[in-house]
Amino acid sequence: MSRFENLKMEKQDLLNKITEKLNELTPGAVEKSEIAYGFPVFYIHKDKIHEALTILKNDPEFDFHFLTDLTGIQSADEKQLGVIYHLHNMPKNYRVRIKTYFDINKPEIPTACDLWPGANWMERETFDFYGVKFKGHPNLKRILNVDEMDIFPLRKEYPLEDQSREDKSDKMFGR
Amino acid sequence: MAKKGNKNNKVADTAVVEPVSKKKATVVVENNSEEPEEEKEYSTLNLGPTHPATHGIFQNVLKMDGEIIHEATPTVGYIHRAFEKLGERRPFYQITTLTDRLNYCSSPINNIGWHMTVEKLIGVKVPKRIDYMRVIIMELARISDHLVCNSVIGVDTGAMTGFLYIFQWREKIYDIYESICGARLTTNIGRIGGFEREWSQKTWDLIDAFLRDYPEGLKEFSNLLERNKIFMDRTVNCGPISAKMALEYSFTGPNLRAAGVDYDVRVATPYSSYQDFNFIIPVGTSGDTYDRFMVRQEEMWQSMEIIKQAIKNMPKEGGFHADVPEFYLPPKEEVYNNMEALIYHFKIVMGESDVPVGEVYHCVEGGNGELGYYLVSDGGRTPFRLHFRRPCFIYYQAYPEMIKGSMLSDAIITMSSMNVIAGELDA
Repeated sequence: MSRFENLKMEKQDLLNKITEKLNELTPGAVEKSEIAYGFPVFYIHKDKIHEALTILKNDPEFDFHFLTDLTGIQSADEKQLGVIYHLHNMPKNYRVRIKTYFDINKPEIPTACDLWPGANWMERETFDFYGVKFKGHPNLKRILNVDEMDIFPLRKEYPLEDQSREDKSDKMFGR
Repeated sequence: MAKKGNKNNKVADTAVVEPVSKKKATVVVENNSEEPEEEKEYSTLNLGPTHPATHGIFQNVLKMDGEIIHEATPTVGYIHRAFEKLGERRPFYQITTLTDRLNYCSSPINNIGWHMTVEKLIGVKVPKRIDYMRVIIMELARISDHLVCNSVIGVDTGAMTGFLYIFQWREKIYDIYESICGARLTTNIGRIGGFEREWSQKTWDLIDAFLRDYPEGLKEFSNLLERNKIFMDRTVNCGPISAKMALEYSFTGPNLRAAGVDYDVRVATPYSSYQDFNFIIPVGTSGDTYDRFMVRQEEMWQSMEIIKQAIKNMPKEGGFHADVPEFYLPPKEEVYNNMEALIYHFKIVMGESDVPVGEVYHCVEGGNGELGYYLVSDGGRTPFRLHFRRPCFIYYQAYPEMIKGSMLSDAIITMSSMNVIAGELDA
């Protein structure tokens, strides 16, 4: 059996404890928290995101020392952009997902590079595809796409197929 | 290569041997003596994008001080294929073919990881037998992945023989894939809910033959390299990374374990019944090229143990697919003779099966580390957002730091020992 079994804190307990901690140290940071498919998820206000991440990383109990993933998302109404962090505490095997949303016309958020150097390229990728400007990032430029590109291709306003084509109608089955 | 080396050596001579005479010559520099950096003349070397030694499309602009790398600036994205954007348009079952092309050295792991992500989203529990079959395939894929990586380290250090001998075993693994799914490299193996058909007797025979004969081949390969003085001189202390730095840079997989952190997704968050198996996680100490090589070497032995256990404990019952009619294609005879099967067939092929709204993160231990699938579904026929956590992309960013101050030829084997796969890096 896995050696993590006896260390496991119930997900709900973890969720409550982190919410409590964040509410105590940065009041108003947690907008919503839930468990989605076995993952504690926190919606953090964009102004408090860096503060909240710092607390989660440095708190001796939670100690989220490992940034598993950082990526962007666009909200369903296409008016907001979001950044999603997956944090991991390896020894205790806690995993949480942090989400923060902000206006698409003002996509600015503090960088997490100072907390996890590994966020560097992940943030560049998010900038590349969504145009999220990470304030304080050491080298925020495109990474996978060409530098000359002037759009942010993963935004929903840029459809995959050429919309001027009339020979191919995907109204029925296309998105 | 040899030509370049000679040229750089000349530069190195002037730069390293005669700093004293240079200082005498320039009076201005003598005043602020702590800045010899300014004096040095660096040469720029374009390593890649298509350099045979980088095994993939990577460009590194190296600022060289003789043969010593002073600074490296990697450029990636040469084979970016917009998988995440494509994934937002394709029905779930069509995304499997995209995952093939991430880490194409171990595509079955990617395929099965994706199936498991969708299964998690729609809430399917697959029978234990399928879990075990998947474990066999995934461990075979791990062997083929590590085998390519390790033999290529050999090639880059000048030992071609090991590569030529060991590569036939990758062919045997590909034969096994072929007998299961018909494809060899980009496998598209399995389906959401299980496998497309029952494995034939030939498949089992091939697996048995592989397990019987491979240890001998691997042993031969170990004898060639593991305690080889020349190989060790080349790889020990080459491109080391500390555990702290590896964690900061979000390393996972063999590269993290070589640095001494025993993190393995198969143990930390077991998927596909990995909790039933007994295996050892090898860890290194210094995170150098030799440790990475040895960790992969031991993981191949452990993978074989896992496959043996899976075959031995394989449940007889359970069939080859779970009962998910909305996602698993019915047999063809039924499509012709049974209305319900016809409806399901149509719905699956057109990608009209209902999925719940939700977001899932599922991770598997890929050939290179934690391969994560972050899937956001809004209930539509395609994912609303699909993100692949590609271990290569994340740990390649530490590469410039790892090769700083090392020789050019060390940088080459550092890269091959990190097993950077262009397909996975660029998505």
